[in-house]
Amino acid sequence: MERLDPRARSDIYGPRINRAPAPWRVRSVPYASIMLASALPVLLIADTMPLAPSFGFLMLLAWRMVRPGLLPLWAGAPLGAFDDLFSGQPFGSAILLWSLAMIAIEAIEARFPWRGFWQDWFTAGVIAVVYWLASLVVSGASLTPEMLLVAAPQALLGVLLYPVIARAAAGLDRFRLSRARTID
Amino acid sequence: MAPPSSRRAGFSKKAQLSLFTGYLLAAAGAVVGAALLALSLWQPSAFAPLRGLAGDVVTPVGSGTAAARAGSQGLFAGLIGYFNAGTQNAELRRENAIARIRLAEAEAVKAENARLKGLLGLRDGESKPVATARLVGSTATSGRRHAYLGAGSASGVAPGMPVLSERGVIGRVLETGRFSSRVLLLTDSESVLPVRRAKDNVIAFAEGRGDGLLRIRLVNLGVNPLKVGDMMVTSGAGGYYRPGVAVAIIAKITPDGGIARLVAEPAATNFVSVLPIHEAAAIAELDAPPGADAPAAAPSAAAPAPRPSAAPTPAAPDGGAGAEE
Repeated sequence: MERLDPRARSDIYGPRINRAPAPWRVRSVPYASIMLASALPVLLIADTMPLAPSFGFLMLLAWRMVRPGLLPLWAGAPLGAFDDLFSGQPFGSAILLWSLAMIAIEAIEARFPWRGFWQDWFTAGVIAVVYWLASLVVSGASLTPEMLLVAAPQALLGVLLYPVIARAAAGLDRFRLSRARTID
Repeated sequence: MAPPSSRRAGFSKKAQLSLFTGYLLAAAGAVVGAALLALSLWQPSAFAPLRGLAGDVVTPVGSGTAAARAGSQGLFAGLIGYFNAGTQNAELRRENAIARIRLAEAEAVKAENARLKGLLGLRDGESKPVATARLVGSTATSGRRHAYLGAGSASGVAPGMPVLSERGVIGRVLETGRFSSRVLLLTDSESVLPVRRAKDNVIAFAEGRGDGLLRIRLVNLGVNPLKVGDMMVTSGAGGYYRPGVAVAIIAKITPDGGIARLVAEPAATNFVSVLPIHEAAAIAELDAPPGADAPAAAPSAAAPAPRPSAAPTPAAPDGGAGAEE
C-alpha cells in the first residue's frame, strides 16, 4: 500500500499504525510557545516607542481560540507572571489582565458557542485593544497624550497580527500532536 | 466551530465541580494579580530580584543579537557611504581642518582649567567607569522605556548609577541582577533629569514624554531664553550625574521651555559605560531619614541604593543647585 501512496496510512499528524504523539510534547508546546513569545520582544531595542504588540498575549489568545479547553481557565495567571518578568510592566499587571481575558473569552464562548474565523478575530481584536489600553494605564507611568499616540501602532499591529499568530498556533498544534513516538 | 461537548458539565457532579473550580482559580488569579499590581505600583522595586533573575537568563541571548545589530548598522553605514563618498570627502576635509584648530584651542583651555582647579584646590571630578557593556534588549512591548544592560552587580553596578554612551546620557540603572541590569532610559515618562544650557547656566528639567522626545521645563519662568539648536547638558544637580554631559538638543520652543531630541540614542549605541554616582555621599545624606546620625548614614554610603524609580524630584535640585553655586 505504501508503495502506491506513501501517505496512504497517514493523516496530517503522520503515520497512524504503531505510532503515538510524544506525551511531553502534547503538554508542553502551548506553554513553551507562549513563554517564548513573551520573552522574544526583549531582544528588540525600542528607545523611542513601543515597537511590538505583546506577542505573549496574542499567542495566549491564539491558543485559546484555536484549541478551546486545552489551556485551563486559570492558565492566565502563571503565564502572565512569566510575561511580567520581561515586559517592563509592573509585576502583577499581566497576571490580572491575562486572567481577566481568559474569563472573558470563556464567557463569550458560553454565550456564542458557534464561532467562526471572523468572530474569533473580532473577539481577539477587541480583547487585544482593551488589553493594550489597560496595560498602558497600569504601566506605572503617567499617561500622556504623546504616549498614547506613539503606542497606537502597537494596538493596530496587535489586531492585524492576530490571524498570523493564530496560524502559527495551529501549525504548532500540528507539531504538538504529530505522532513522534513508536509503539513496539 | 462549537467548543467540544466534553467541556459541558451536564449532570456529572465531578465535571460540574471541576468547571466551577476552574472559574474559582481564574478569579483567584485575577485577585492575586490585582494585589501584586497594587504592591508593585506602591513599591516599584519589590520584585526587582525576580526580574533580575529573568534578565540574567535572557542577557546571553541578547549579547548575541546586540553584536549582530552593531554589525548590521556598520554594514548599512558602509553601503550608504559609497554613494556620497566624493562630496562627503571634501566636506570632511574642511571640517577636519577646523576641528583640529578647535581641538588645539580646547587643549589650551583644558590646561588652563587644570591650572585654575589646582589653584583652587578642587579635586578633578573625572571618574572611571564601573563597567562597560552592551545594551542587550529593551521592553519593546510596554509603554515603559527600560533597557537591559549586559552587566550587573557582579561587575559592581548598583541602582542609581548613570549610564552614558560616547555621545551622552543614556539613562540610569534602575534594578540590578547578577549579570544584567535594567536601565531607565531618558525617554521614559517617569524619567526626570536636571539639565542646564551648555553655554550658560539656564537650568531646567528634562522630562521624558514617552514618545522619544524630552520636555525641557525651565526652573526660572519668565522670558524663555531657549533657542532651537541649543545643547542641554547635565547640571550635576541631584548628585547622580557628573556635570557637563550632553543630554539633548532643543528642537522646538514651548512657553515653559522646549521640546528636545536626544543626543545619545540607545538604539544607535554599541557599548555604554556605567559610571559611579557622582556625589554618592551627598545622596546617602539626602536619602537618610531626617534626624539620623552619622552611624546610621554610614552603611548606606557604603552601598548607595537610592529609591530606584524616584528620579530627582523637584525638591532635590534645590539642595543640588545650592551645592553647585
